[in-house]
Amino acid sequence: MAQVTMEDVSKVYGEDVVAVRDMNLDIEDGEFAVFVGPSGCGKSTALRMIAGLEDISRGKVFIGDNLVNDLPPRDRDVAMVFQNYALYPHMNVRENMGFALKLRKMDKAEIGRRVDEAARILSIEHFLDRKPKALSGGQRQRVALGRAIVREPKAFLMDEPLSNLDAKLRVQMRTEIAKLHNRIGTTTIYVTHDQTEAMTMADRIVVLKDGIVQQVASPQQMYEHPTNVFVAGFIGSPAMNFIRARLERENGGLAVTFGSTRMLLGRELMAKAGEREDLGKYAGKEVVLGIRPEHIEDARLAEGDALISNQGDGEAANTIEVEPQVIESMGSEKYLYFGISKEHAARLESIEELTSEGGTDDGDAEGSAGGSGSADDSGDLLVARISVESEARLGQKMRLALDATKIRLFDIETEKAIL
Amino acid sequence: MSAASASTGRGGTLNSALFYVFLVVFVLVSVFPLVWIFKMSIVTKAELFESPPTILPNTPTAASYGTIFADPSFQKALINSTIIAGVTTVICLFFGSIAAYAIARLRFRFKSIVMTLILAISFFPAVAIIAPLFIQFRRIGIIDTYLAAIVPDVVFALPLTIWILVAFFKELPFDLEEAAKIDGATTIQAFRMVIVPLAAPGVFTTAILTFIFAWNEFLFANTFLFDDNTQPVTVVIPNFATVYTVDYGAQAAAAVVVTVPLVIMVLIFQRRIVSGLTAGAVKG
Ligand SMILES: Nc1ncnc2c1ncn2[C@@H]1O[C@H](COP(=O)(O)OP(=O)(O)OP(=O)(O)O)[C@@H](O)[C@H]1O
Ligand SMILES: [Mg+2]
Repeated sequence: MAQVTMEDVSKVYGEDVVAVRDMNLDIEDGEFAVFVGPSGCGKSTALRMIAGLEDISRGKVFIGDNLVNDLPPRDRDVAMVFQNYALYPHMNVRENMGFALKLRKMDKAEIGRRVDEAARILSIEHFLDRKPKALSGGQRQRVALGRAIVREPKAFLMDEPLSNLDAKLRVQMRTEIAKLHNRIGTTTIYVTHDQTEAMTMADRIVVLKDGIVQQVASPQQMYEHPTNVFVAGFIGSPAMNFIRARLERENGGLAVTFGSTRMLLGRELMAKAGEREDLGKYAGKEVVLGIRPEHIEDARLAEGDALISNQGDGEAANTIEVEPQVIESMGSEKYLYFGISKEHAARLESIEELTSEGGTDDGDAEGSAGGSGSADDSGDLLVARISVESEARLGQKMRLALDATKIRLFDIETEKAIL
Repeated sequence: MSAASASTGRGGTLNSALFYVFLVVFVLVSVFPLVWIFKMSIVTKAELFESPPTILPNTPTAASYGTIFADPSFQKALINSTIIAGVTTVICLFFGSIAAYAIARLRFRFKSIVMTLILAISFFPAVAIIAPLFIQFRRIGIIDTYLAAIVPDVVFALPLTIWILVAFFKELPFDLEEAAKIDGATTIQAFRMVIVPLAAPGVFTTAILTFIFAWNEFLFANTFLFDDNTQPVTVVIPNFATVYTVDYGAQAAAAVVVTVPLVIMVLIFQRRIVSGLTAGAVKG
């Protein structure tokens, strides 16, 4: 086991295709790190540089205390799990799993012992004599995992290992990999484009975009304090809503306003913001307001709730009048989609990519009882996760309350978080 | 396979009846010359010239086979054929595998142009280059040596070899090579323990096809080889003739001897050969 360190690592393909740019990262011993980002952002490239399958154009990669830049993969002592399993078709499961050990000239009895042990952990004892083509996708993926764990390597590298499995199996294997990690505690770097996988499995998430690291943080930290609009929009499902708003001075404090909505920034928020940047200089300027769907509630149900009352006199101002366009019943809650006037719609480049990809979550949002055309419009629509008790009706005007204590603010130019 | 697909659907019985009629006619037409030559090889000289010809041999005899195997020049020719076709196959496979591996494996520009050029060589009419080749071969003094047949055979067989091997190699999952390297294999080990075992059936099939191609070659051998010591069977068979008579029975027997091993080989490996010729044409 070992830590993995990347120092100013870049990868340039050919003359000018920069796949990874100045990546700095410290993955601790035993940590489960997840590289996540949209397709083509350089996740695989970064992983393959650590594995030794790709030359490092600039910078340094350390595994443990060793600089590995010039080491071939076999001297790095890392195991890799590939998206398409990459099992050797001409070897049976036992031979597949023992291949690395055989190359190391380990004695047969020890190889057998380790393979049996791994097979037991992964419940594949019964398939040991089969060839890979006689296994299902899920079983193959287990064998691939087994091939990695028998080696007891310094680190596991996994490149979208679950993306060839169907949704249900994916969720199941997700938990199994997490359990496996808890059990053997080997440093793991896991690549995925699925933010749900990242959130559920990671000790720390590394969000990449266009080859540049956007943020490195624990799932919770990233969820609550995304550093920019991109991360805010990428992490969380359904995605955070963005609204074009203004920051104004009010009673010696600051308030965010758009249309007739007005939210005083609470003391707690301000205190946190003070650590970050001088909010005052944004007074009188446009900002991007970010609010997660779960922090919006049917105003009628929210009334008298902590949601609004901590705002003192500005109760009604905390709300927004909307006309629900789609209502999806999820059983435990409802997703309410609504439009917002054009002048307040935040058109953000970095988010556009995401919405055009059709969201980041594929598993959980299924089975919606949504009405017409939810998929087509929802890109432009905002969404609220409201209580099932809400009596919201399609097309019937209603008020939604925004939780002012949970909002985020972003610079409209740089898209960086300012609150 | 085709039988099954022909017999499905509406009017299936009619379709499949037609299919079998066609199949029988086709088989008869293709097999007839072979069968006829076989018949010629086992009848007596007298029966051979009977008119009208007999359909079935009256008194089968192995006399013609006795004649050819008693003839040392025929034995020598068989050996020559084996040497020429064998060496051609080895050379084609050696260079063909390397070239095909690179073509299938590496990304480079103009790949399809390179492939087309390679194919174009095999379109080249052999007759057109035979005279200049003769002059050059004589100048460098390889007329009447195995080389005179092997060199042009390699030139014309190599494109075929490369094309078939590329089709095979393209099907190989190269991730496996990466997986092997991660598992601790050197490049050589990865090639030997993972790539070679997977590529072997394809390479073997290609070897058979190349061997047949070289075995059947006649034009170059007939033009560049004048000496019994180097002539392959394709050239020697017509020589079962004297100034006054042609020993058709012996020729037929020789043809059978030369063809039968190939037919047997193809029958044994036919599945692989067919999949080799069509590899990559259909995914999965
Ligand atoms: N061999 C190559 N030559 C040129 N460019 C490449 C090569 N491999 C990858 N790239 C480019 O580098 C960028 C990053 O690729 P990478 O495979 O790391 O993306 P990724 O984040 O893994 O995407 P995905 O989620 O689709 O797997 C992409 O823009 C890709 O086009
Ligand atoms: Mg990738």
